[in-house]
Amino acid sequence: MQNKLTPYWPRGTVYGALLNFKREWNHRAPQMSEPPHKGAPKAPVLFIKTANTFTASGDKIAIPANVPEVDVGANLAWVFGADARVVSCVLVNDVSIPHESYYRPPVKFKCIDGFLGVGRQAKPVAEVQSDAMVLTVKVNGHEVQRVNYADAVRASQKLHADISEFMIFQEGDVLLLGSDCLPDGKRPRVKVGDVVEISAHGFETLVNHFVGATA
Amino acid sequence: MKHARIAWAGAVHEAVESDGELLLTRSPWAGKRLKLDEVVWLPPLAPVPQARTILALGLNYADHAKELAFKAPEEPLVFVKGEGALIGHKALTRRPKDATHMHYECELAVVIGRTAMHVKKENAYDYVGGYTVANDYAIRDYLENWYRPNFRVKNRDTCTPIGPWLVDAKDIHDAYGSPMNLNLQTTVNGKLTQSGHTRDMIFDVPTLIEYFSAFMTLQPGDLILTGTPDGVVNCEVSDVIVTSIEGVGDLINTLGE
Repeated sequence: MQNKLTPYWPRGTVYGALLNFKREWNHRAPQMSEPPHKGAPKAPVLFIKTANTFTASGDKIAIPANVPEVDVGANLAWVFGADARVVSCVLVNDVSIPHESYYRPPVKFKCIDGFLGVGRQAKPVAEVQSDAMVLTVKVNGHEVQRVNYADAVRASQKLHADISEFMIFQEGDVLLLGSDCLPDGKRPRVKVGDVVEISAHGFETLVNHFVGATA
Repeated sequence: MKHARIAWAGAVHEAVESDGELLLTRSPWAGKRLKLDEVVWLPPLAPVPQARTILALGLNYADHAKELAFKAPEEPLVFVKGEGALIGHKALTRRPKDATHMHYECELAVVIGRTAMHVKKENAYDYVGGYTVANDYAIRDYLENWYRPNFRVKNRDTCTPIGPWLVDAKDIHDAYGSPMNLNLQTTVNGKLTQSGHTRDMIFDVPTLIEYFSAFMTLQPGDLILTGTPDGVVNCEVSDVIVTSIEGVGDLINTLGE
């Protein structure tokens, strides 16, 4: 079967879902009722990756000078067309400065210049089974994580429906369906000099080189 | 100069304020004058080539932080919004039927004028294109302590009216010295409910531009909503809320269902 891949670059707002994998949810569940949270999240917990974060596959991502390591957040993302309908899927790397607290919005951890690796090609949604997708994360050629969307808290349609209760996705908007953590509750971490590859069946591999920040 | 984007006669036009009227500029009708009440007002922001970054401050006035029982933050408490939340002047904002506490927030909005990266406070005003008024509604019923304020509270479609005018930064700087010297107020159905002054911001506009541009490059058209002072009250369907900032404008909004 021929791959129907189209060139891709985000045009709209990029939204992401936090805590959308059972492993991370269960890891944090014992603390959810305690301050400052005082209860498990009801609505999807969302964040935005601002346009300054977009980095094409193959390009470098700079780690700020005072930051030893960053988190790799391998995501399958939905791209919306007209009528708020999903039209295609793309692989992204939601890079973050590691942060333990999910109490306040993570702007200074997630919206740093370059902190979203974006696959070069989008695949029509009809050819992707979002809730059965498996992403493989490699650091310097070694596999460090498999992300299986069968393990999501909210399956893709449910996530979309729950968000649509209060906001309609506009043409070009993007929704990251979530990134899983490792058994210790953390995400794979990388440092200056590392190369991260995120791959999935039928997609061109997303590759980003992590470099030091220029002064 | 005060700039507006309006819909009229089946199309979108750009206009400026002139003798209490709208003078169409970039439009097939350039030069035509229209009354302020014969157009539909859109957010006064030119389209941008990629997603507009909209940063919004929480608890950036000491009195409002106190009102909400928080101690003043040590660094800016910032959240991000999507462009779908924005609507124009004289528009209708949807109030959910089950909401019991929905309140306005009158905020000075800074519109970035040129690419800002690693900007120092001393030069920060060079990067401001203009100012406008935003009303950043919140529905407290939906507050959750996860990435708070969470999107269900703060990123609702129609819940961030903005406008009517984009006022050139130079006009405000010439007339008032800086944007830190402006009175703000809100009325609900004509009754004054919120009153404050931009000098009471915890993190002023130059500080915010330095803080953000240290890690995120801002582009022309990006927005910083600088927070709201004390005096937020619940509003009901059909209430007319006017958020005003001295020299910048009076932004009218009505709640609907």
